[in-house]
Amino acid sequence: MSDTPDSLLPLQPTTFHILLSLADEDRHGYAIILDVARRTNGEIKLSAGTLYRSIQRMLELGLIIETKTRPAPELDDVRRRYYRITPLGTAVAKAEAGRLNSLLKMARSCGVVPRTT
Amino acid sequence: MNVYRTLLHLYPSSYRAEYGDEMCGVFEQQLAMAGGTLAKCGLWIAALVEVLSNAVAVHWQIARRDLRYSFRSLLRSPGFAIPAILLVTIGIGANAAIFTLADFVLVRPLPFPEPQRLVKVWEKHPGYSFMELSPANYRDFKAAANSFASLAAYTDIDMNLVGQGEPLRIEGAIVTADLFSTLGKAPWIGRCFTEQDDRPGAPATALLSYGFWQTEFGGDSSVLGKSINLDDASYTVVGVMPPDFQFPSRETKFWKTFRFEEENYQDRNDNWIVGIGRLKPGVTVAQARTEMELIARRLETQYPKENEKVGTTVVSLRDEVSQQSRLLLLALCGAAVCLLVIACANLANLLLVRSLARQKELSIRVSLGANRRYLLRQLLSESFLLGVAGGMGAVGVAGGILPLLSRLVPNALPIQEVPPVDVRLLLLALGLTAITITAFGVAPAIRACRNANFSGLRDGVRTGGVGSHKTRSALVIAEVAISVVLLISSGLLIRALWTVQAVNPGFRTEDILTVRTALPIPKYEKTNVREHFYTKVLTAVRRLPGVTDAAYISALPMVWRGGIWPVEVNGRSQNRAEGTSASLRYVTPGFFRTMAIPVERGRDVSESDTVDTPYVAVVSESFAGRYWPDENPIGRHFNFGLHDREIVGVVGDVRVRGLERASEPQVYLPYKQVPDGWLIGYLPKDLAIYTTLPPPQLIREVRQIIAGADPQQPISNVRTMEEIVAGETESRAVQTRVLMTFTGVAILLAGLGIYGLLSFTVSLRQQEFGIRMALGARQSDIFKMVLSRGAILAVAGLIPGLVLAYFAARWLESLLAGVKPGDLLTFSSATVLCFAATLLGTVVPALQAVRVDPTTVMRAE
Repeated sequence: MSDTPDSLLPLQPTTFHILLSLADEDRHGYAIILDVARRTNGEIKLSAGTLYRSIQRMLELGLIIETKTRPAPELDDVRRRYYRITPLGTAVAKAEAGRLNSLLKMARSCGVVPRTT
Repeated sequence: MNVYRTLLHLYPSSYRAEYGDEMCGVFEQQLAMAGGTLAKCGLWIAALVEVLSNAVAVHWQIARRDLRYSFRSLLRSPGFAIPAILLVTIGIGANAAIFTLADFVLVRPLPFPEPQRLVKVWEKHPGYSFMELSPANYRDFKAAANSFASLAAYTDIDMNLVGQGEPLRIEGAIVTADLFSTLGKAPWIGRCFTEQDDRPGAPATALLSYGFWQTEFGGDSSVLGKSINLDDASYTVVGVMPPDFQFPSRETKFWKTFRFEEENYQDRNDNWIVGIGRLKPGVTVAQARTEMELIARRLETQYPKENEKVGTTVVSLRDEVSQQSRLLLLALCGAAVCLLVIACANLANLLLVRSLARQKELSIRVSLGANRRYLLRQLLSESFLLGVAGGMGAVGVAGGILPLLSRLVPNALPIQEVPPVDVRLLLLALGLTAITITAFGVAPAIRACRNANFSGLRDGVRTGGVGSHKTRSALVIAEVAISVVLLISSGLLIRALWTVQAVNPGFRTEDILTVRTALPIPKYEKTNVREHFYTKVLTAVRRLPGVTDAAYISALPMVWRGGIWPVEVNGRSQNRAEGTSASLRYVTPGFFRTMAIPVERGRDVSESDTVDTPYVAVVSESFAGRYWPDENPIGRHFNFGLHDREIVGVVGDVRVRGLERASEPQVYLPYKQVPDGWLIGYLPKDLAIYTTLPPPQLIREVRQIIAGADPQQPISNVRTMEEIVAGETESRAVQTRVLMTFTGVAILLAGLGIYGLLSFTVSLRQQEFGIRMALGARQSDIFKMVLSRGAILAVAGLIPGLVLAYFAARWLESLLAGVKPGDLLTFSSATVLCFAATLLGTVVPALQAVRVDPTTVMRAE
């Protein structure tokens, strides 16, 4: 992949949430949906169609890969595929977080967002 | 879950195969987690919406990728892409232009409400199918007919406009008050004419055309109620018609009412107005025709002398297009289709060759795991891109060609001169492109994908089987056949054009400048006032350096085809029913000399022929021959144009009605013998000047002379006699030029088709040629072998082409102006030319075959 992290910014919210979900562990599709919903207090409920369109694009960009590591058979479903964040994916997620952080700082300096004490 | 799985079929199959199972799993779990029935319903609705939107997005994503890939692939092969795009551009561009024109002229509804109910009403006389109505017959037709919701009438008129800057001669129409309601058109501003405007003695009122209002009055609405001066009479402007109203012609700038007096209804042989009616709902043209015919029979009984054998013709306004105009357009449509077929055949050949040439690449991709459907999609994307590029080029070509074809839009139709480039044209181009690409892009793509397998990877494998070769040969044969049809058709039409152009009009056409100065009435009602004007102008013009002679006539031949009067000889009425009428023109002395019309016997009209001397006439040879065959006509008398006249001279016949139509005999009367206030339509107004200088050089001086004679007198219709005569063949010439261009392109494409096929064959047969040469074949044998292959293809195309061309020529016979449909010279020249062009395409591949080096080929093997 010749893309640099900055060249992929800004990320679509769905992509960012999926990267965050995969940041700490490998997950299958439904687990990603549940994790995103949990992190956002149910505000974002990804549908299967949106999730897999994003996954397809992220695979093409090299942000994630499909991993062959699977859980024990009694905990597994053969239809499931597990995804892992790549170093590029991690770098892109960090870059996006940094970008959002700068935006937040800017908003604070303008008084749009209250300053933290 | 089966429902959801079925829903997933909206996604591309590759996507479904990759993620389908997993998506089903996720949805199943989401469904299981959903609480009550309501939540489950909500989930299903959300799933339906998101599958639909995501499926479209995924399809678009894949298509974009394919198109990007195909675009790059086409960029890498300009040798294929450029000719292919040009073929689509030429084929579709020509068709889009010609069919838009044909649709515009022959099919599209006229710009009036319910145009199918509009008809024109003509009188029918022996020898004349479409004769104008006399006001008296019009009044009786209108009173008696039940088929019409309304029956109006109009006639063209030119008038002098003064008081708006430089005097202008403008075209307009005199109409009955109900013309606009008959056509269903209301004014843009102001009001239409009412019955009050059309009564005898009513104040003169006028309506203006939108264009004229814009150019002369700057679109100022305060023009309403103002007066304009037309032919020295004041007219109050009561309205302006909308921009799309162009009736009776595109040049009409104003309308005024007839205001018929009772005396206008006296003469039933004075035919000068055209009837236009709106049929009642449900009444057909045929029913109206039958009723009008019955009324005409009744009038014939009532007026046995004036209306003898006078019938009526009712034709749909849409059918005003002459048979010749219709055939000219249909012939061009046929030629455009031929060109498209040839372009498509070449395109198909190109695509076939490309698919064969890419066989190895596709085989490698299949062996490396590429999906055949994916490959097919990519090949189709290429065709799609070619189609889009060609289609866009075609719209440009069509838009560029259409204005050049405006001469083929008949003046008789109340429509614009140039068909607009509109959505129909774009849809037509789109449709043709889709058909072309589907027909000629899909088959080679499917074939290429089907043949992409491991056998294609073997080194030295021969690409293109016998079937493919036969298909390509058949396409080339079809190209040759169609080219021959086009070549012969255009050859015959060129010969017809030459035949018409070679017709002797009976007068000098070169070095004659013509100018119209129509003198307004009542200013020039008195004969002596007119004489003064003519004398002043002619004397000054004749003195100009370079002017040999000059004279006036009522209307020059081919400029006005009317003015036909019945002839009475020896007290016996020779009315039109017997087909013995003649054209009436007043001339000044010297007209025959100016126009080089030979005076065969007697003398010209002279300045001494006045209203106070016996009325005389100069007649044409055919006139003299008709009434006094084998006798000296000089001194004979006949009654014509309201007077008894003595023949004082006989002159050569001229083609009053044009080069392609028979003309009535001509009678010329002295300009001083127009009684005051009589026959005002026949007052001499066309000035012909014979000059040794290039005619345009004289225009400025002539303008000054006329302004000197009457500063308020406008001049119009400034053109040379050559231009007038050339106008006779203009639509033919345009059609022939278009056809010749099509034919040239077709022959070129056919030659290229043969070249392409044989080049490819030679490249495939290199090894065979090498072996043949190694076994003793001479270069000349190989050359002859390839050449004979080309000759066989040419002959195979020529034979059906010649047969088809004969049938095409039979269909075009009425356009051929006497040239035989089987004209040997045209057929033989076309055969030789086509054969030569195809052989020319064979020479290069034959030379390639000869240059094959046997040792190199054997070593490579």
